[in-house]
Amino acid sequence: MKVIIRRPRREVEMSGSRRVRDLLQELQINPETVLVVRGEDLLTPDEVIKDEETVEVVPAISGGSTHEV
Amino acid sequence: MKCKVCSEKAVIDIRRHNAAFCKGCFITHFERQVQKTIESEKMLSKEDRVLVAVSGGKDSLTLWEVLQRMGYQTTGYHIVLGIGDYSPAARDKVEAYAKQHGLPLIVTDLKAEYDFTVPELALHTPRVPCSACGLSKRYLMNWTALEKGFSVLVTGHNLDDVASMLLGNLFHWHNEQLARMEPSRGATHPRLVKTCKPLVRLTEREILAYTMLRGIDYHEEECPNAEGATSLLYKDLLNQLEHASPGAKQSFYFGFLKKGRPVFATDVNGGDLRECEVCGQTTTTEVCAFCRMMDQARRTAARRSS
Repeated sequence: MKVIIRRPRREVEMSGSRRVRDLLQELQINPETVLVVRGEDLLTPDEVIKDEETVEVVPAISGGSTHEV
Repeated sequence: MKCKVCSEKAVIDIRRHNAAFCKGCFITHFERQVQKTIESEKMLSKEDRVLVAVSGGKDSLTLWEVLQRMGYQTTGYHIVLGIGDYSPAARDKVEAYAKQHGLPLIVTDLKAEYDFTVPELALHTPRVPCSACGLSKRYLMNWTALEKGFSVLVTGHNLDDVASMLLGNLFHWHNEQLARMEPSRGATHPRLVKTCKPLVRLTEREILAYTMLRGIDYHEEECPNAEGATSLLYKDLLNQLEHASPGAKQSFYFGFLKKGRPVFATDVNGGDLRECEVCGQTTTTEVCAFCRMMDQARRTAARRSS
């Protein structure tokens, strides 16, 4: 499978099917900080990604402001 | 995973609620969380004229989307900061969103109206870019809300933002800021506008999901000045805790509001506020920090160019 990780953008090729939670664990990405997307579909941790599929890991965390408004 | 509400296929899991939701039920859940925050904190009424601070990122555009769907009278407010390619792209997203939804938008261009971009302020004053940016935003948002007759200013700060602010303020024992961690702050001076954070019950991950499910076209790029920011370190630490113990961020922030903040409430030094001799905005000194920064930038730039 092809995994596209945004910001900074990089691509990772992995062989074999696996669940979303296992994919993130292998890539050492905290699932609280991202969403995993296949096409336009958001994937839950139990979803299986097949070998021939492409998914994107979209970061949720931004720098934001530590300043009070 | 099945949706907790309707048993359809889920699109997102939220471990701190021990729940998963399908698209429709998640959107309903999300908007209810915002409504609950607005009502419990008495943030807004349908009579309020609401100024929404919009950077073009997912949080602020989501806030604008939810508020206008709920029927609040909203106007967007965007500040053009002059940060490389980042600022024009952000402005494009905000203007496109406003146009698409037929919503009013006010734009302030820092360079055009005050002579300096954020990078130039960092060049001509001792402030780092994030400090110059934060000061400019706070000043201009309050100024614009007052001058244009808005009763409330709302920002897209979320649970990750306020939890990381709290952690930073605790690390440095900023007692006055700890006393001001509430999600809604009424005007304590005639020259201050009420400010609210209606998204504080929602994490950045939940906001990203809402943004994607609603098809909101947001500015995904991170500000180049945010790289290595302490706030990102705090967020990372808090999300490690959240992963090990779901609900940690919510417990940390809302627990503080209930049990910790009252301890610091006596440290609020609100009695010394007066009006800046230059611009009339509130300050604790003769001239406010924004006017002093601008004056210093003008004098330094003039000296360097001569």
